[in-house]
Amino acid sequence: MKSGSNLEKVIASGKPAVTAELGPPMSADAHEVVKKAGILKGFCDAANITDCQTAVVRISSIAAAALAFQNGLEPVVQMTCRDRNRIAIQADLLGAAALGLKNCLCLAGDHQKFSAAGKLKGHPGAKNVYDLDTCQLVGVLKKMRDEGKQEGGDALEVAPRFFIGASWTPMADPVDFRPINLMKKVNAGADFIQTQGIYDIEGFRSQMEKIRNMGLHERTAILGGIIVPKSAMMLKYMDSSVAGVSVPKSLIDRMNKAKEAAGEDKKKARELQEQEGIRITVELIHQVLETPGVKGVHIQAIEWESAIEGIVKAAGLYPRPTFD
Amino acid sequence: MIMGSQKPIDEIWAMVKDFNRVLVFGCNTCVAVCHAGGEKEAETIASLVRMRAQQEGRTMEVKHLGVMRHCEPEYFEPVMDEVKKYDLILSTACGVGVNFLSDRTGTIPVFPGINTSFFGSVEAPGFFKELCAGCGNCIVHLTGGLCPIARCSKTLMNGPCGGTNKGKCEVSNEIDCIWYLIVERMKKLGTLEKLSEIQPPRNWATSRDGGPRRISLEHLREYEEKEEKAQATGGKKQ
Ligand code: SF4
Ligand code: SF4
Repeated sequence: MKSGSNLEKVIASGKPAVTAELGPPMSADAHEVVKKAGILKGFCDAANITDCQTAVVRISSIAAAALAFQNGLEPVVQMTCRDRNRIAIQADLLGAAALGLKNCLCLAGDHQKFSAAGKLKGHPGAKNVYDLDTCQLVGVLKKMRDEGKQEGGDALEVAPRFFIGASWTPMADPVDFRPINLMKKVNAGADFIQTQGIYDIEGFRSQMEKIRNMGLHERTAILGGIIVPKSAMMLKYMDSSVAGVSVPKSLIDRMNKAKEAAGEDKKKARELQEQEGIRITVELIHQVLETPGVKGVHIQAIEWESAIEGIVKAAGLYPRPTFD
Repeated sequence: MIMGSQKPIDEIWAMVKDFNRVLVFGCNTCVAVCHAGGEKEAETIASLVRMRAQQEGRTMEVKHLGVMRHCEPEYFEPVMDEVKKYDLILSTACGVGVNFLSDRTGTIPVFPGINTSFFGSVEAPGFFKELCAGCGNCIVHLTGGLCPIARCSKTLMNGPCGGTNKGKCEVSNEIDCIWYLIVERMKKLGTLEKLSEIQPPRNWATSRDGGPRRISLEHLREYEEKEEKAQATGGKKQ
């Protein structure tokens, strides 16, 4: 075992792994983290704790991860390259390891300009860092763990033992470079990969075929990303605006139908779409898990953590494996 | 070339309004090409300031002047006596010029008349684009001659982030994703496999992060010193 994390154990057991996501609040409200941890606990093997996703200031990933951990949920710390240089990243990760956190997902991070959206003012004028990029960050974590050295070369008496993850957007431009992109992250030391949300199963499967031909599926554990759709509007938005995500028309049509079935009743329209969204999610989970080379799913129910229990149960992925 | 853009006149007015004798000092090299701070633009700014002064009932002497370059003494030394007659110099050179003058004007303040923006190209008349960030350690032989430091919004070194959308950067659909262009170009050059190599963390000390930078060409400096000495000894003989 590299880290001995629960996620690593599930993957090693050969059973399909399930990760979920926990978005920390935009205030010092620890209770919110504890509440969400309670909702997810038992229904996933680990939950990603986002690191100021879309550059919006929230409780830091490590602090929220520590809270989740104290409350019985195994966290995956997310670490972006946007906000910290290599000094801060390593210092924070030493701290995370000292707190008992064992999984870390390396990300570039959304650009700060995304923080100003809708009603939010955000911090679009912030200075970004990008001292390291994702590949380099993965390499730094591996060096700390396997060589017991800081990036600069100084020795670590106690090395942080992380199960190292990275993200992958299989279908983003330039599509024929994406397999190389994954290969670089695996070569750098990524033990597991969580993909961007998949709706276009055919597209994903054709990329996975290339990945299998490169043998990458045996060197890292690929968890297919599933973003739980809530409404027809959300699916349309993701199809048109989210990089690397395309949504088949048939899925949008299904959601539209669910919405129309409610007539003028807005509350009912929401409920019917949510139900259809969960059905779609469960189908996607099966299709992703049937794809050769896939070792699990990463289910993101954005600001809808309560949906996870039903999804995991309906997908036949409950109960989650336990180890003593 | 160094590119800049004009500051709003309100901002300029706020800087100059308490001075009596103001020189708007243009630079006729880079910033003239991008129509921000050449002698012509200095003239326009001077007349805008005069008009504003009149509107506000302020008596002010505002003149303009231009030289070829603000960043080498030989160009502005001939006009230094003239320049020193004013109690404020509003330099429309790039930031280099503003600093260079400030180091040399004693008690006369030098304020910036433009916003210095980037090193760029003249893509088309009136359209300039940032192409290099002067990072001090050029690596574009690894990236098809296209710069991921200046042209990727996240200075990524190992390929595109997940935000590339239809060839555009996640920051704006008006910005090309440089990694998309790097991949396409390297495909054309037949060198795509080079991108499989992992580029290790960079040493940013050659960039601004190592503190203000300088270049000293010792051989040239030695040569010049020798020349000066030779001239001095030659002078004695005469
Ligand atoms: S790598 Fe550095 S020196 Fe080379 S073009 Fe880019 S910013 Fe300029
Ligand atoms: S979209 Fe392209 S240019 Fe923009 S940050 Fe990502 S890799 Fe860089």
